Amino acid sequence: MELSGILSYVVSLAIMAGIYAIFSLGLNIQWGYTGLFNIGIAGFFCIGAYTSAMITTPMPSGIYAQYVHQLFGLNLPFIFGLLGAAIVCGIVAFLIGIPTLRLGEDYLAIATLGIAETIRLIFNNEQWLANGPRGLMDMPQPFHDLVSPQNYNYIYLIITIIAMAIIYVAIEKAIRSPWGRVLRAIREDEGSASMSGKDIFNFKMQSLIFGSMVMGIAGALYAHYTKAISPSVFTPLYGTFIIWVMLMAGGSGNNKGAILGAYVIWGIWVGTKFVTDFLPYTLQSRAPYIRFLIIGILLEIILIYRPQGLLGEEKKISKLID
Amino acid sequence: MFELVVYGIVLGSIIALGAIGLTMVYRIIGFANFAHGEFMTAGAYIALFIISIVLPWLGFPDSRFVPLSFGWKMVIAFPIAMAGVAILAILADKILYKKLRAKKSGPVILAMASLGASFIIRMTILIIWGSDYIFYRPGLMRPALDLPMGIKVRPDQIFIFCAAIFLVILLHLFLKRTKMGKAMRATADNPDLALVTGIDTERIISWTWAIGGGLAAAGGILYGIDVQLHPGMGWNFLIPIFAATILGSIGNIYGALIGGFVIGIAQQVSTAFLAPTYKLAVAFIIMIIILLVRPQGIFGKE
Amino acid sequence: MNTILKVENVSAGYVPESNILHQLSLELREGEIVSVIGPNGAGKSTLLKTIFGLLKPKEGKITLKGEEIGGLKPFKIAQKGVSYVPQVNNVFPSLTIQENLEMGAFIRQDEYTDTMEEVFELFPVLKERRHQKAGQLSGGQRQMVAMGRAMMLKPQILLLDEPSAGLAPIFVSSIFEKIKEINATGMSIIIVEQNAKEALKMSHRGYVLAMGKNVLDDESSALLANEEVGRLYLGG
Repeated sequence: MELSGILSYVVSLAIMAGIYAIFSLGLNIQWGYTGLFNIGIAGFFCIGAYTSAMITTPMPSGIYAQYVHQLFGLNLPFIFGLLGAAIVCGIVAFLIGIPTLRLGEDYLAIATLGIAETIRLIFNNEQWLANGPRGLMDMPQPFHDLVSPQNYNYIYLIITIIAMAIIYVAIEKAIRSPWGRVLRAIREDEGSASMSGKDIFNFKMQSLIFGSMVMGIAGALYAHYTKAISPSVFTPLYGTFIIWVMLMAGGSGNNKGAILGAYVIWGIWVGTKFVTDFLPYTLQSRAPYIRFLIIGILLEIILIYRPQGLLGEEKKISKLID
Repeated sequence: MFELVVYGIVLGSIIALGAIGLTMVYRIIGFANFAHGEFMTAGAYIALFIISIVLPWLGFPDSRFVPLSFGWKMVIAFPIAMAGVAILAILADKILYKKLRAKKSGPVILAMASLGASFIIRMTILIIWGSDYIFYRPGLMRPALDLPMGIKVRPDQIFIFCAAIFLVILLHLFLKRTKMGKAMRATADNPDLALVTGIDTERIISWTWAIGGGLAAAGGILYGIDVQLHPGMGWNFLIPIFAATILGSIGNIYGALIGGFVIGIAQQVSTAFLAPTYKLAVAFIIMIIILLVRPQGIFGKE
Repeated sequence: MNTILKVENVSAGYVPESNILHQLSLELREGEIVSVIGPNGAGKSTLLKTIFGLLKPKEGKITLKGEEIGGLKPFKIAQKGVSYVPQVNNVFPSLTIQENLEMGAFIRQDEYTDTMEEVFELFPVLKERRHQKAGQLSGGQRQMVAMGRAMMLKPQILLLDEPSAGLAPIFVSSIFEKIKEINATGMSIIIVEQNAKEALKMSHRGYVLAMGKNVLDDESSALLANEEVGRLYLGG
């Protein structure tokens, strides 16, 4: 019992870290490869999760309809949830990008922050959209019937890793293509001289959309794993900041770094729980704040002493620019 | 409706105090300080600490300047809290931003670091005080005055407006009459030439942090007097003060003042048509519109 | 005349990979005006910036009265009595003329009202408009403010980067007159100029630079008389 208990704990860690790794990969496309300072990740997290939830659950009927309100409920299989999340996030990214991509770097940051906060406000306030602050529950989990409930996580871990692998390969291929090279030239400001403003805009938009679609898939995976989502999940802390720490820790501009950073930081995050478990009872309510303080300090240490992260930028790609 | 405008002016006073500091930091030190909202929170909570713990421990008696909601304890705590945040801001610079400047980190890395700093400050406040909503003076009935034109305003709110104006006038005198103030204006005007003139830019940077932090702290305390304290209060002001700063043109202190009032009034007036929780979205939309239509702000060139 | 400033075999550049200046040398003697002329891109402005500490020399030495100043920060070099007037953006536009001058005296610990009166005597136009914002002035007046600001330091050495740039011809000669007046008070001056002929006419010695290297240096009168110099650099 002990061993299988530990094992299933580790598996659940691996799933969450894996989901965050996918977020990290998405951010890496936008920031690591294109230099877009997106601090509104929580917005795509939110939309991806809710979209998948509503695509895969039925409209509430009967008595439930009085308590649960949602905009739509298609009751389609899991895979449609993922795809739907990606597509909707892509569309939202496009709409966001039109006004904001022409702005300077830090203006883009403020804009994405504001958008994420606004999205969360809307989901929290508009009951008809997705049940307001109470959120949605009971998202279906694929292949649920194959194993007993306590072993289901193994299957979900496999699903998560498959998704991560597919996305990883897709991004790696895209980055080594001519498209990817242009992207990095834009980040280094090299291409700007030879390209028109319109072209640069298009490339940035494509990067924004691609990254957001990846984030949408991650959000969907999160929803189906936790089976309960509400606006309070998608805060700047849990939904944006921690992902930035992961990418910077692992190495921005490096897909392996994105994945590694996610696992390392999630490991540290979980590790801090063991530390705070030793706190006296009166301080227990402060535990999450202490843990997050540690993560915040960790980011500053990384930025000062090792801004390139654990793995640094992928050298093989940098050489391609030269 | 007119009442909403009046409330907007009160809210705008607080936003302006934050925006003025933000615009100075943006212009002189060169990056978007995402921790500026937390300076407001820190100011409010340091004042709380002095009022609820330090002064009673020293045996200082409670008092109240009726009809205002505070007394001598606040009068003492206010400037001390401002100074406290000024010191906090300078410390943050020495520990964090200065090191990044020395490595020639770009504005994005500095902004990212300030985002981290904002979480560090907020977590510290959460650890010490928890997440409850707190009042400076709990359980107080605060009736509104009946003014002409049917406006109901609390005496505290009139004080807030006056306090903000007073601080802005002090700042104005400092910038116009003192050597350091002129040097700060010079550095904001033409940072390269300031270097050439021999102005010690590191000292200017420290002064900028001190003034920016102090004013933000004042804004936070005033908000605490008007409404209440909670650890997320500064973060909720972040978008409005950025909007005010951009509206008033980065680097322009009087622009930030006007921008603060505009955003404050817009936010309060919006509650006539939208749910109050959307006030933040209102500030945000105004900011986006300005960035699209006139990104240099009201007072910017080109 | 003693040497007050010496630049010896200095190389410098804005990026680590390449240099603008290649082992350049120059000497400024006390009380003289030295002009630095040459085509665009010769490194004239870069030379002044390197002397003033805005760039760090990668090779070579810069000494002020025997003391090494190469690589020091600009405000330290200013403290040692060197003032620099950049070519562009050389005033604080939203500060008044008087405030601009006050900034020039920022480093000084002593009273500077006398110096301000001297500057106003030199540039009477500025005295009338002392409370006007520098950004609202004409090009010529701004140049006067820029120079006046530099002089508020009471420096021993003045570095002027293209003082006549963008000025209407009438102002050009009056600016050069003023520079001669300033020199008459004992100030040693290095002046970088596109307007090579005028610069040589009012200076004691001249250095011709091209591609970041010394080409020629001599008494200004000799350079003016030199036919090849005339053809290549003085517009025939």
